[in-house]
Amino acid sequence: MELGQLSLYDQAILLFAAIVLFTSFVMLAQARIVPLIHTFAWQGTLLAVTTALVAYATNHPHLYISAGMTFLLKALLIPWMLHRLAVRLRIHRDVEAVAYPSLTLLAGGGLVIFSYHVALPIVQLSALITRNTIAVSIAVVLLGMLLMITRKKAISQVIGFMSIENGLFFAAVVSTYGMPMVVELGIAFDVLVAAILFGVFFFQMRASIDSLDVDRLNRLREVDR
Amino acid sequence: MTALWLVLLIPLAGIVLMALIGHLRQAGWVNVALAALTLVASLGLALDVFAGGPLLSPGRMLYIDAFNVYLVTLTAFVGLTTAIFSRPYMQHEVETRHISKRRMRLYHSMYQGFMFAMYAALTTNNVGILWVAMEGATLATVLLVSLYRTPEAVEAAWKYFILCGVGIAQALFGTVLLFFAAERVIPVRDDALLWNVLYSSAAQLEPTVLTLSFVFLLVGYGTKVGLVPLHNWLPDAHSEGPTPMSAILSGLLLNVALYALVRVKMLVDGSLHSNLAGYLMMGFGLLSFTVAGLFLHRQRDIKRMFSYSSIEHMGLMTFAFGIGGPLATFGALLHMTVHSLTKSAIFVTVGHAAQIAGTQTIEKIRGLIRTQPAVGWGLLLGTVAIAGFPPFGVFVSEFLVLSATMKSWPWLTVPLLVGLAIAFAGLFRHLHPMVYGDAPEGQLPVRANMLPVMIQLGLVLWLGIAIPVFLSKWFEQATVLISGSSPL
Repeated sequence: MELGQLSLYDQAILLFAAIVLFTSFVMLAQARIVPLIHTFAWQGTLLAVTTALVAYATNHPHLYISAGMTFLLKALLIPWMLHRLAVRLRIHRDVEAVAYPSLTLLAGGGLVIFSYHVALPIVQLSALITRNTIAVSIAVVLLGMLLMITRKKAISQVIGFMSIENGLFFAAVVSTYGMPMVVELGIAFDVLVAAILFGVFFFQMRASIDSLDVDRLNRLREVDR
Repeated sequence: MTALWLVLLIPLAGIVLMALIGHLRQAGWVNVALAALTLVASLGLALDVFAGGPLLSPGRMLYIDAFNVYLVTLTAFVGLTTAIFSRPYMQHEVETRHISKRRMRLYHSMYQGFMFAMYAALTTNNVGILWVAMEGATLATVLLVSLYRTPEAVEAAWKYFILCGVGIAQALFGTVLLFFAAERVIPVRDDALLWNVLYSSAAQLEPTVLTLSFVFLLVGYGTKVGLVPLHNWLPDAHSEGPTPMSAILSGLLLNVALYALVRVKMLVDGSLHSNLAGYLMMGFGLLSFTVAGLFLHRQRDIKRMFSYSSIEHMGLMTFAFGIGGPLATFGALLHMTVHSLTKSAIFVTVGHAAQIAGTQTIEKIRGLIRTQPAVGWGLLLGTVAIAGFPPFGVFVSEFLVLSATMKSWPWLTVPLLVGLAIAFAGLFRHLHPMVYGDAPEGQLPVRANMLPVMIQLGLVLWLGIAIPVFLSKWFEQATVLISGSSPL
């Protein structure tokens, strides 16, 4: 199908999905903590906008609730909590050395291609207008994992974790127009509790190993030596 | 129906109650009382289902059949015995490790929270809610793993959180894919994630999507089952958290995660008409079984050692469910029961042993049978039972699984037997000096209630000699549900 044949709203959905993917790449390359949190907030905002657009274009009013919840949780509350924690723990000026930045971004590109490959059998079955963005949602999940692997600071890992959640939510919206409401509420509750617990953990980590570098967590081994 | 709601409401009320009074000296007793009430309710539920068949709550939120009702009862029973053990154990820990009142409130409240998550995961009729409850179980226990706030405990809890969090995220993606496949054939959107609706339309679900979905669900829930190579969180979380946590993680959480996996497999089998899901489970199961048996030999921490034994047994069960026939399924169900009874009894005993020696290092735990015969015998009998000696129940279930393997995959009995021998050797080389060695000077007995351990081991012995009629009928019904035909 040609892009020009799509309605304006469908084109907008595709455009915003692409920008969501772009924010994932920005996070992958962003070495400073506060801009990283801001990029994450932007991803949440864009996700909410895309969801609202899908809700309007496909006439699924319950998606407005999902969009609102995402905006509150992923664009406002969690970034605000992370930002406050970063300031209180005095890590907000930290710069994290990203090892092999160009290689990481290339790997990210590879993951996107892989996502399109994985999504192929699903896309062929789907008749939804959003089916072209299913691959994007899988890519956001995988890029979140790549972010967690390449980073050593606990706070960057949490952002990677939350970005995976973003990808999963996006997958639910674009492949099925959202999960049933009970399930979405449950997932949102879990994400909120997880965010609070991560905050508690930063303080426990600071108190016990005097650092927020995950590399320092190396006392437990699979076998003794 | 009332019993079903009580099973969920008692622990839910327990969360709130314990958040208020969890620091009091009597809180341990309240915890026991709550667990006992839940057990009574679950027995009532079991009787309901036994008499009247599968149960679907109004509004179709909850669904109970032969498979999950026996797991609910088992969960409630182990929850009670662990609560009985937890009372004197945590009192001892409060005195020696100076755990603050706030943390005791957290401990008791989250104990009930974990139990609630387990019951919710078992009884729900909704695949999505099952995911929410499994994630909830992680969230409830993660702060308990770091309860002692040592660097090791914080590390273990962080690993547990991140690995299980990312792992279970895969399961959510699998659930989305399942919903995607189901939505196309089930007319009402909100029904498309309900187990009872899904089972009745399993044959129409798109096989390609379901295969993909099963792979993601296997990785996701497999992380919680502790399947190799996704097992790294498990020994850490078991060894650094308080021992009652280890007992319920090993005895209950792993079972419930496996329950989720088997439920999904039943669905996928109905759609695929091939044994692809079974092959995947067999592969992962056998790998976990073998690798964990080898790792047993190289452990220094007693709780780590027994957590590898848990991985080994979970691997065996996954393998058996993967084979699929009625005999293997019956064996796997029995193994779930006896493993969770034996392993929680062992962790209770290990908790006392570690308090006697003042450490969890195997090399420093010596001469238990001289210092406190009850604990020494408990550890010895528990290990004998878990290693699969006759006449204990583990022997019977392992024998059933072996016979089923012999029937359908004769060559695979070789790695199974070798694996069992390796695990046996690993357990006993460490066990012997701990029980019979010379006790160090001045080692004193601790206050311990070994009654629950003896009851649990007694039950395992009973199951090994003669399975009572009502239980075998139950297992048979569950086997018919899972594998489609009766073992007898």
